[in-house]
Amino acid sequence: MGFPEEVLEHVFSFITSHTDRNVVSLVCKSWYEIERWCRRRIFVGNCYAVSPAMMIRRFPEVRSVELKGKPHFADFNLVPDGWGGYFYPWICEMARAYPWLEEIKLKRMVVTDDNLELISKSFKNFKVLVLSSCEGFSTHGLAAIAANCRNLRELDLRESEVEDLSGHWLSHFPDSCTSLQSLNMSCLSSEVSFSALQRLIARSPNLKTLRLNRAVPLEKLSTLLRRAPQLVELGTGAYSAEIRPDVYANLTEAFSRCKEVKGLSGFWDVLPSYLPAIYSVCSRLTSLNLSYATIQSPDVTKIITQCPNLQSLSVLDYIEDTGLNALSLSCKDLRELRVFPSDPFVANANVSLTEQGLVAVSEGCSKLQSVLYFCRQMSNSALTTIAKNRPNLTCFRLCILEPRAPDYLTFEPLDVGFGAIVEHCKQLQRLSLSGLLTDRVFEYIGKWAKKLEMLSIAFAGDSDLGLHHVLSGCDSLRKLEIRDCPFGDKALLANVSKLETMRSLWMSSCSVSLGACKRLSQKMPRLNVEVIDEQGDLDSRPDNCHVEKLYIYRTVAGPRFDMPSFIRTMDQNPTYRS
Amino acid sequence: MNTNLTERNYLGLSDCSSVDSSNVPCISEVNKNSLNLKATELRLGLPGSQSPERDPESSLTSSEKLDEKPLFPLLPSVDGICSSSPKTVVSGHKRIFTDVMDSCSEVKGLSEGNWLFSGSGSESDPSKSVTQGKFSSNSNVNGMVSLGDQPAKGTTTNLNKVISSNSPAAKAQVVGWPPVRSFRKNILATSSKNHDEVDGKPCSGALFVKVSMDGAPYLRKVDLRGYSTYQQLSSALEKMFTCFTIGQCGSQGGPGRENLSESKLRDLLHGSGYVLTYEDKDGDWMLVGDVPWDMFIGSCKRLKIMKGSDAIGLAPRATEKSKN
Repeated sequence: MGFPEEVLEHVFSFITSHTDRNVVSLVCKSWYEIERWCRRRIFVGNCYAVSPAMMIRRFPEVRSVELKGKPHFADFNLVPDGWGGYFYPWICEMARAYPWLEEIKLKRMVVTDDNLELISKSFKNFKVLVLSSCEGFSTHGLAAIAANCRNLRELDLRESEVEDLSGHWLSHFPDSCTSLQSLNMSCLSSEVSFSALQRLIARSPNLKTLRLNRAVPLEKLSTLLRRAPQLVELGTGAYSAEIRPDVYANLTEAFSRCKEVKGLSGFWDVLPSYLPAIYSVCSRLTSLNLSYATIQSPDVTKIITQCPNLQSLSVLDYIEDTGLNALSLSCKDLRELRVFPSDPFVANANVSLTEQGLVAVSEGCSKLQSVLYFCRQMSNSALTTIAKNRPNLTCFRLCILEPRAPDYLTFEPLDVGFGAIVEHCKQLQRLSLSGLLTDRVFEYIGKWAKKLEMLSIAFAGDSDLGLHHVLSGCDSLRKLEIRDCPFGDKALLANVSKLETMRSLWMSSCSVSLGACKRLSQKMPRLNVEVIDEQGDLDSRPDNCHVEKLYIYRTVAGPRFDMPSFIRTMDQNPTYRS
Repeated sequence: MNTNLTERNYLGLSDCSSVDSSNVPCISEVNKNSLNLKATELRLGLPGSQSPERDPESSLTSSEKLDEKPLFPLLPSVDGICSSSPKTVVSGHKRIFTDVMDSCSEVKGLSEGNWLFSGSGSESDPSKSVTQGKFSSNSNVNGMVSLGDQPAKGTTTNLNKVISSNSPAAKAQVVGWPPVRSFRKNILATSSKNHDEVDGKPCSGALFVKVSMDGAPYLRKVDLRGYSTYQQLSSALEKMFTCFTIGQCGSQGGPGRENLSESKLRDLLHGSGYVLTYEDKDGDWMLVGDVPWDMFIGSCKRLKIMKGSDAIGLAPRATEKSKN
């Protein structure tokens, strides 16, 4: 502690993880002071947990800000429009306070064209803009970013909902802009000017990531690839064209020149005849996203068996058990597997994908850590096998399409199977449950899942006891999201202090009463207890009525005031208005 | 093919706000009835026929499959999908609505009536045509005839309730389940459409349009690409706006039969229920359901739930437009 500030600051510059930084700041007052002046990167997991002013007051020299807004269930339309998550108050303050800001990364936030324009004009050295699952802006806002950010390195719009007025925005990148390293426009639908795109790519020697949108035709892909042989990550546009030998030959040749490509995505509308064009890059691929490719198992299998270095694979369930079996034999370095449903709303399987596919991968791929799997049947024995095969799992998200589907062999609940997962996979950080589940599974989770940070529950459990097990047992729990479970007041009120140790709790279509929400809010002043009820007139509801949706989060910023009328923060004063 | 259909006690999933364990069917009952699902699966094409793409070997290869629990909402394949869907379960058989009708009486606690869309078609039985509304623009006449072989019993209201809650063939989707993001939901639909498209622009991503309702204090947005039939959209909207009284209007779904007679519509709207209308690319307000689904989502800019009495004047215009 006798070191001069400059030395400490230098040491701190090697400490980059947010948690480590937070710990450093708690050592003593002087470290707190030094740390806050040299903190360059801020991550705010819930934009309502703290106010922009507080952030700026404490950390005056920030270069990168990452914010998250809406709850995760917003991805599935469970969070009504107008909920919040506005970037506006943040950009207003940051524009003033952080002239040297370089990076903004937002997830599930509402961003407007004005916000984007403000970004483009406020930060001279602005480099990185990542808008993940955001909404509220149009291609006009993108034009402002393109036009004004002289040193733009990264523009990533992943899965955002953009009002796509025209593809003209891309043409706003000035000829002088040569700094682009990463461009992800895959969520856009409008066609951009191909010549503008081509020239942009040609003058961006450091471009490593390029994710095109569906509108970029396959015939023109080779032209682009030829100008960017240094690409590491490529997302194709639509992957079909009239079958023409010259197009095919050009494509094959262009891919063969891409010696650095490690990741492929895109592949909308795949015409299988064109798939062999990518074979030359397969041996180097570590990441492959075929989750939009409606190609059949043999075609998928042909590709993946040529990718021995694959670490991350996203596919549709067209891959079927046979394809997953092939995967388990060919891709021994696989870390992450995501299998999406091709036809999620049909009860009968349209493909032959069962729990066996996942079991096979768990057997063959010893490094498998992260699983997202949609299927139509599961058994306790399969889950137990998977758990014993892969104790190194850190993320296990299973979605059996039918709510409350039991073990298809024994018709029992899947408690034991998921119990095996949490018991064996001691490093499990994220878990999503599905199928028929009683309170027992939560007993197992509370007992074993000590490292679990995020838990998603749907159509499960019998009583408050289930929720109580989770809240009282999961020591590392940060995010809990629940829908359609018979969990009510008792469990919540018995675990109030737990809620302050978590980032947030979402409960919808459960059995929590309005009165309990009020009581909870009064007991815990540092929680915002927000009740969402679109049927209106919350004021006149009796305390024993169940709330539709509930979102509870810890905050040092007090209640928010940007909510629509159907969301209320429960009063924290003991004498609440009737 | 098994036609021994029996009642099934469905989970009230379309309406669920709290889990009621008494809704969980007993497993053996479910098991017995699992085969029924195949018979009730909506298919396009002639009764008894199979689409060429279907691989009879691929379905029901293991005994386990026979035991698949038919608890999940069964929705018809989306527009045009049947013709290109790779491996589909064999069931070239006509759809049977017996269990749908029989379980009318089991309906509990549903909101009064669903949206029925005005649509093309001259069937006089509105209940029949609700289900027809689910068929894609590619379905042939015979496909609808097969439907007609099972005359709908009960009132339109009952059918609506049944369709949205208890019908295995047309259960309304549970909001947000399965947890698949909107842009993934219609993978099959948009993909196969593009294969067929000659000059159409490839479509991708979400297609959110605003939905307003007369008298409601707030707007919502829906992603039209998250649905593939009018019925799905109807159910979803109904859920969003359940606090308001919802009436019904006639539904005359069915591709190729585009002209709804004005008087018929007026009859149907006569109870001043609500109807669903949309603003199209030309800025005109049209009744939803007049045109095939694909055409609708291609031209719909926003939706409005209007009082039926306000919407009467729309019918002729819609009819005229579809003539163009």
